[in-house]
Amino acid sequence: MGAAFTPWSALGGGVLIGVAALLLLAALGRIAGVSGIAAALLPPRRGDIAWRLAFVLGLPSGAALWMLGQDSTALASHASPWQLALAGLLVGVGTRIGSGCTSGHGVCGLGRFSPRSLAAVLTFMLTAMLCVYAWRHLLPGWLA
Amino acid sequence: MKSWLAYLAGLLFGAGLAWSGMADPHKVLGFLDVAGAWDPSLLLVMVGAVLVYAIGQRLVTRHARPWLDERFHLPANRRIDVRLLAGAALFGIGWGLGGYCPGPALAGVGLGNADLVWLLPALLLGWWLAGRVRRG
Repeated sequence: MGAAFTPWSALGGGVLIGVAALLLLAALGRIAGVSGIAAALLPPRRGDIAWRLAFVLGLPSGAALWMLGQDSTALASHASPWQLALAGLLVGVGTRIGSGCTSGHGVCGLGRFSPRSLAAVLTFMLTAMLCVYAWRHLLPGWLA
Repeated sequence: MKSWLAYLAGLLFGAGLAWSGMADPHKVLGFLDVAGAWDPSLLLVMVGAVLVYAIGQRLVTRHARPWLDERFHLPANRRIDVRLLAGAALFGIGWGLGGYCPGPALAGVGLGNADLVWLLPALLLGWWLAGRVRRG
């Protein structure tokens, strides 16, 4: 189940993410928090739509552009539909209540040395690791 | 102009997510699975992104205003409260269950990821529902 350690692409991709977040800060003065930018479109508010939509549409465009240079196949986990749907729902509700996700609290918040973001990051890292432990290691034992 | 630069930022961000491995649920779950064959790659994604942002944001916010806006829109709330921690806890459970945080869930559409047929509508529903509750 373990994937190979890929330090250079991880570091390179991370730097690119940091540069992208800086561009948004320098040009628009905005925090590059994906959940914050996207969730504020549901529902959209007049006068505050275009830049948010543009950023959100940029995400799949950039990923598709990157894939052009690759010969890798699809990445899907093929987990069951209910597991994916429940995951999506929890991520949506949680990031909106908690005012941020891996990008807003993680990249931008930690980069600004925000104690609030550090608390959020430690919390979601912990529950994510516990959740993976539960369904990958505990659950198979219970079902056996 | 604002929208074009926002699009460019999103594009670079999405390319970074794909390149780094964040858009691959196997890599994400491999990182979160500390009791399995742990893959620390994603720690380096955070290190790279946070380092660049930490240095860059200091230089950028020295200016009085961004290029295309009157002011910087930075979070003013500094309180660590139940809302923050409960939301983060729920988000983490969802992240561990599927291997997708919001950026990769949106960027993955550009990779034709079949998981997102189920995950993305639920994510949008979650954002909408939580937004309704918040406005009361």
